[in-house]
Amino acid sequence: MSESRLSVTARYDRIKQICSFVVDAANVAGLDESSTFQCQIAVDEACTNIIEHGYEGEDKGRIDVICNTTPGVLKIELLDQALPFDLDKVPEPELGAPLEDMKIGGLGIYFMKKMMDDVSFSRENGTNKLMLLKRRAG
Amino acid sequence: MDISTQEVKRVSVMTVKGRVDSSTAPDLENALKQLVEGDKTQIVLDLKDVEYMSSAGLRAMVSTLKSVKRINGDLRLCAPSPRVHEVLRLAGLTSIFNIYPGQDEAVNSF
Repeated sequence: MSESRLSVTARYDRIKQICSFVVDAANVAGLDESSTFQCQIAVDEACTNIIEHGYEGEDKGRIDVICNTTPGVLKIELLDQALPFDLDKVPEPELGAPLEDMKIGGLGIYFMKKMMDDVSFSRENGTNKLMLLKRRAG
Repeated sequence: MDISTQEVKRVSVMTVKGRVDSSTAPDLENALKQLVEGDKTQIVLDLKDVEYMSSAGLRAMVSTLKSVKRINGDLRLCAPSPRVHEVLRLAGLTSIFNIYPGQDEAVNSF
């Protein structure tokens, strides 16, 4: 098993750096291109939620990223000290709704759940931990 | 992310390059908004060189589509990469947007 860590200020313009870090870990795990892209989207959406809904703005705290890799498997953990967040309380987006009624909110968590093999959330001692797991396709 | 716009046969063609994420999507939304406010209501968004798009980019496109539809215009997409198409499909947007394989087809569809 290989572990790598990154800690950044919670800002939207740092998400690209986090994605790049996750892509490197996905390559170490030997994930295919499609799975690697899905990891980027999931992490991007998660970090966006942490900044927007958790910290309620930029520069209010940090996001720590821990990637653990084994052959064919990437486990990503995102840690923050923002407001508590319950994944299951966010309503699913109404896909297929008429354009005028369409709301794009909630899509981020939907993407996370759709694109990753396992998503779980926990909170301990004031720290939120979001775990995203991806296995190599096939 | 880079954005450029040109007029082709009375259609505004906006070409986007790079990543569209939470950091860059507001710029895309503003650029599209300026077109609509300038009475440009026939818009093609060329996604050929968009390597990556998160839900923030989708939000910008849906917001613009709503605005132009209200004034009888349309925002049509062309040439999304397989990855961007996957994001559009997962979000249920492939039935909301008219999507064309290339810029010429999208422009000529107006």
